Amino acid sequence: MAEFWQQVVSGLAAGGVYGALALALVLIHRATGVINFAQGEMATFSTYVLWTLTTNHGLSYWPAFAIMLVVSFAGGVGIHQAVIRPVERGSQVRVVIITIGLLLLLNGLMTWIWSGEVKAVQSPFPGGTFDLGGVAIAYADIGTIAVCLGAVAVLWLFFQFTKVGLALRASAVNPAEARLVGVRVTWMLGLGWGLAATLGAIAGVLTAPSTFLDPNMMQAVLIYAFAAAVLGGIDSPMGAVVGGLLLGVGLNLLGTYASFVGSELRLPAALLVILVVLLLRPAGLFGRQQVKKV
Amino acid sequence: MSRSTLRTLLVFVALTAVVMVLPAFVSDFRAQQLSYVGIYLVALIGLDVLAGYTGQISLGHGAFMAIGGYTTALLMTDHGIKDIATIPAAIVVAGLAGLLFGFPAARLSGLYLALATFGIAVATPALIKRFEGFTGGGTGINLFGRPELTASLTPVRALGVELNFDVWLYYLAWSIALVGYVIAWLLLRGRTGRSLRAVRDSETAAVSSGISLTRAKVLAFGISAAYAGAAGALFAIATTYVNPDTFPVELSIFLLVGVVVGGLGSLTGLVAGAIFIQFMPLWAQSVSKSPGAPAVVYGAVLILVVLALPLGAAGLLARVAELVRRGRDFQKP
Amino acid sequence: MTGLLELRHVEASYGPVQALRGISLSVPEGSVVAVLGANGAGKTTTLRAVSGTVRRSGEVRLDGKPLRGGPESAAKAGIAHVPEGRGTFTDLSVLENLRLGAYTRRDRSVKADVDTMTRYFPWLRERGDQRAGTLSGGEQQMLALARALMGRPRLLMLDEPSLGLAPLIVREIFRIVRELNEKEGLTVLVVEQDARIALNAAASAYVLEVGRVAVSGSSAELRDDEAVRRSYLGY
Repeated sequence: MAEFWQQVVSGLAAGGVYGALALALVLIHRATGVINFAQGEMATFSTYVLWTLTTNHGLSYWPAFAIMLVVSFAGGVGIHQAVIRPVERGSQVRVVIITIGLLLLLNGLMTWIWSGEVKAVQSPFPGGTFDLGGVAIAYADIGTIAVCLGAVAVLWLFFQFTKVGLALRASAVNPAEARLVGVRVTWMLGLGWGLAATLGAIAGVLTAPSTFLDPNMMQAVLIYAFAAAVLGGIDSPMGAVVGGLLLGVGLNLLGTYASFVGSELRLPAALLVILVVLLLRPAGLFGRQQVKKV
Repeated sequence: MSRSTLRTLLVFVALTAVVMVLPAFVSDFRAQQLSYVGIYLVALIGLDVLAGYTGQISLGHGAFMAIGGYTTALLMTDHGIKDIATIPAAIVVAGLAGLLFGFPAARLSGLYLALATFGIAVATPALIKRFEGFTGGGTGINLFGRPELTASLTPVRALGVELNFDVWLYYLAWSIALVGYVIAWLLLRGRTGRSLRAVRDSETAAVSSGISLTRAKVLAFGISAAYAGAAGALFAIATTYVNPDTFPVELSIFLLVGVVVGGLGSLTGLVAGAIFIQFMPLWAQSVSKSPGAPAVVYGAVLILVVLALPLGAAGLLARVAELVRRGRDFQKP
Repeated sequence: MTGLLELRHVEASYGPVQALRGISLSVPEGSVVAVLGANGAGKTTTLRAVSGTVRRSGEVRLDGKPLRGGPESAAKAGIAHVPEGRGTFTDLSVLENLRLGAYTRRDRSVKADVDTMTRYFPWLRERGDQRAGTLSGGEQQMLALARALMGRPRLLMLDEPSLGLAPLIVREIFRIVRELNEKEGLTVLVVEQDARIALNAAASAYVLEVGRVAVSGSSAELRDDEAVRRSYLGY
């Protein structure tokens, strides 16, 4: 039984990371209807920035973390400005192809700058476990869950209670009407990309200690994030987070108790989730049904 | 015959002539590189049918190539079948897989299809490893030196000429590519092509004209998977080795790059796309030693092409041709 | 004397289709002016040309100063454009819609203005947290009006406020518009299909036909001229 709860806790931690990256995907999709295939690579890039700051520039963890967040935000805004804005208004397919191009570009850039060698990234949390009712719970897991939920909470407060947050929400669903009340929608979209990049950076930094850092680190996590976003409803922020947690716990339990799945079939299992949800209930758990019967 | 058909025919004949004669003028190594161009061309034709003509974005085409490649490898090692003979089987198996996948895929649109196929591309190596009893798992299947592999140990005699492996591979790949090109061209200019294009341009309008969306999409998936299967089989024969990493995610993405660079929906540009996929990494490496250089160039080119040249190389050629024609018209008295 | 809003030879196209072929009109400060005409005459496009939603050539001046740029600049300059279909932010709450109306304002009286709005539309207070998309058509129209007023605009532009609404509600909306004009001196430019109700509320009107001004004058003149009524106004 202790094993079960341990898997649940570590599943929640993994799920928190999936949820954070999924939230980034949902933010961008809500605002622009685009799926950003480069979200994972952007997160990995941010993690490399953190690694460089702590390793090559001798900064301690939390100051480096803060700088990395700012750099990530700026990067997200910059990317939107440079390559997304020119094609935003046109066909979604073109924008998606551009994000795929970004995926390649960033991946290659990371290999170029930092080489493909695997690097170790320190964890901000103390190692080891503590005992809670006979269950061994890792500090790292609790820390990860706390950081992810904290980030989500801060974002929620921003959207609900600030003027800019309100304007961003308005731009996402009614861009034309938002312009009429004076909102600079293009800036809002850039802001959305910046926030998404920051969320992704947090996801990347929380993943790196256990998986080690290399250019392909977030490829699998991106698929899990896709699955979480689709499961929760691709336009629902709450769905992304809930979907992530559910997926994290679900995959862990499946891997532990269904020996057929083992650890190698986690990725195909996530893929199966994507396919099943899209085919049976495309709106996911919390999304709204879109009518498009042909 | 219309002018554009005549032009296409002339281009094709010229291309065939060049292809057939080229090996006499280049080194064996270059011939091997060019055979890969032919292999990529086969895959690109298939992907273009799906993405360019039917408008279904697939990021998982490497998976269909893997099916073709593994079919060939297994038939050769487990059943001792000659390499060329395995190709039809690879085409059929991959084509069937494409048809099967087409049914659920038909219900997914645009972005969601891209998402799902991307997931398949990422999951494929994992799936191959998992079923190792069947696929040889992480170690893969080695084809080198097997007698079923034509010309790998001894040269082949054909039409009084001796062909070593590289040249033989070149002719094999390009024969299939040229035949595939013709088949695709014939398919696409008739009713099938019109139905597929209708689906791409407007699903609602297509349905109102009586086109069955599911049938069109399933067909497109089947055809493109068949081509990918052929390409995968050729790939296996060429590299004489398959393992899960022979068909990684990057391959699927590079195929998409090739189709976009060549020009979505235009067969002529695909040759340019295939050349790009094969030779660009080499050029990138000559500029920078880093293994990341090719990916950077791929990504940058993809972004630039979408931003500046929405119709790819074919569009550029078409525009140049248009300008030349207009210049000529102006000079008329 | 020039009006608060002046249009001179304004042209606008949607791609190859030219919607406005040289519109000139004037809206005096503190008055209600109507823009009438059949479907496709260019009424909506005229408002879009003013707010900058559609690209246009020609001169548009607000209070003598030329208007440039897109809808964001027009909003900042004090133009509140309530588009066809109300433009409600359906996923947001009633109160959030109102707050958005005041987006361009930097002063501190926004909350006080919300109270003012509830005086005109008492139900806004009780239904503040309700999702705006669940309101009825008439309520959404009133919410759109309130949202526009939250910006303390110099010019209010209404695009077909009567669209899809029951006559009783339309009368109520125009009554409120008239009251705002008389009590607060609000300048209003209203586009309408229903010429009769528009002429009751407006002091003057322009009748558009195929992108040009066919007839214009005071409401009284237009109403009394039977030929104009029959051929342009449909009654």
